[in-house]
Amino acid sequence: MLKLPIYLDNNATTPLDPRVLEAMMPYLTEVFGNAASRNHPFGWAAEEAVDYAREQIAALISCDPKEIIFTSGATESDNLGIKGVFEMYAQKGNHVITATTEHKAILDTCKHLEKLGGRVTYLPVDDQGLISLADLEAAMTPETVLVTIMYGNNETGTIQPIREIAAIAHKHGALFMTDGTQAVGKIPVDVIADGIDIMAFTAHKMYGPKGVGALYVRRKNPRVKVTAQMDGGGHERGMRSGTLNVPGIVGLGKACELARLEMAADTERLSAMRDRLERELLTLEESYVNGSRERRLPHVTNISFKYVEGEGLMMGVKDLAVSSGSACTSASLEPSYVLKALGLSDDLAHSSLRFGLSRFTTDEQIDYAINHVKEAVTKLREMSPLWEMFKEGIDLSKIEWAEH
Amino acid sequence: MAYSDKVIDHYSNPRNVGTLDKSKKNVGTGLVGAPECGDVMRLQIEVDEATNTITDAKFKTFGCGSAIASSSLATEWLKGKTVDEALAIDNMEIVEELALPPVKIHCSVLAEDAIKSAINDYRVKNGMPALEEAKAHH
Repeated sequence: MLKLPIYLDNNATTPLDPRVLEAMMPYLTEVFGNAASRNHPFGWAAEEAVDYAREQIAALISCDPKEIIFTSGATESDNLGIKGVFEMYAQKGNHVITATTEHKAILDTCKHLEKLGGRVTYLPVDDQGLISLADLEAAMTPETVLVTIMYGNNETGTIQPIREIAAIAHKHGALFMTDGTQAVGKIPVDVIADGIDIMAFTAHKMYGPKGVGALYVRRKNPRVKVTAQMDGGGHERGMRSGTLNVPGIVGLGKACELARLEMAADTERLSAMRDRLERELLTLEESYVNGSRERRLPHVTNISFKYVEGEGLMMGVKDLAVSSGSACTSASLEPSYVLKALGLSDDLAHSSLRFGLSRFTTDEQIDYAINHVKEAVTKLREMSPLWEMFKEGIDLSKIEWAEH
Repeated sequence: MAYSDKVIDHYSNPRNVGTLDKSKKNVGTGLVGAPECGDVMRLQIEVDEATNTITDAKFKTFGCGSAIASSSLATEWLKGKTVDEALAIDNMEIVEELALPPVKIHCSVLAEDAIKSAINDYRVKNGMPALEEAKAHH
């Protein structure tokens, strides 16, 4: 029997894999020591568990275990990476390059730098959601200390040309950071081959627990340092103070191990389900995929259903947990800035749904989702004045709307 | 966001969805909102000219559940009212009836605008002076 509602919002967060919980359990109960306690077996057991997790994580992203700095999640990692580089490399320069489609944890951190006297370039993206390498090249200056571009986008799944971006940053003597939140654990990420110097990621997007993440900080070629953003006991090689969240870290480690072992099979199964969902929904007239379909995370699709408003649509698909590019929660009605950056008009951005599949998504759930969305879109279009006008051949862009 | 039962009821079983013949002299049409704002309402009334009473009302709305419910409720209220009674409908009555939260009050404002805009269209078509209020709301 199908259990409703069906969770298809896995870019927001994923459920905890039972195997991850099992690995964590002892560290929530009997093995409770502080990993920084050097004088007794309680501390040693905790430290051993943390070290093992570092190895599991390092194996997933091809780094050295010592290059992992544990944090509370991707937002903290993004903050630490950007602010930490800005502060550490202040003598070299004060210029940072990022893109308009980044997560708020990146964009708002960059805005903070601007208040501190930093200079930030926000690169635009094309209609596929990709930055232009020529734009990046042109934006590089001798003062550029950091280029930070996300690996895969949270709203559309679009994957940026990471290796090419890293090469340009390095050619100009800047460090390259990536927000790997949506990509790590979903697609192969190899910090050596990709040329990544700093990378933020988190456990809860890959079937791990919430409240724990990591920052990869390269130790060789070049040796990278970030200035700590919290003062305290000097944990994590002085870059992030605070008692380690041992159960969380064990969970992140286990999640990374499972991702490494199961990624290929998960990708094959998820992309087939995603493609089927997408193919079926595109049989609805005037529906469009947002972002690149070639360079994309395997479990994501973002579709606009023209002439239907996203929040109304979400109410119509009440048996699904999805998210919309429409944020109709205030009088200002701001649509998704990510979709707008791709060149979508406001009304098309308002009409979008994001589907994020997971390891636990079934074919039966996808079948249900397909029918449910088709029914809701059809019903809402029957009560949409815009759909009626479109069907009558009226050009909506020529109408003088009474804006409110 | 949690919707009230009344919003869910109107959304799931909208009253009076449809289109009236806008070329008829006794039909007034109001089209308010804008696609880029995420809300467009079209509300139509048919008036019995002898009694000045609204005999039929229809709507179509592009928008969130609260916007759909506000316009559905408006058509329910309009039927049987005189044009003057209809003009007196205040958006806060819609807010109260549907228990709209503060962030959705603009949906009720839009519904009130749609009513006034439809009445205005009817008036202008029938040689009466335009309402001032219909334009002054924004």
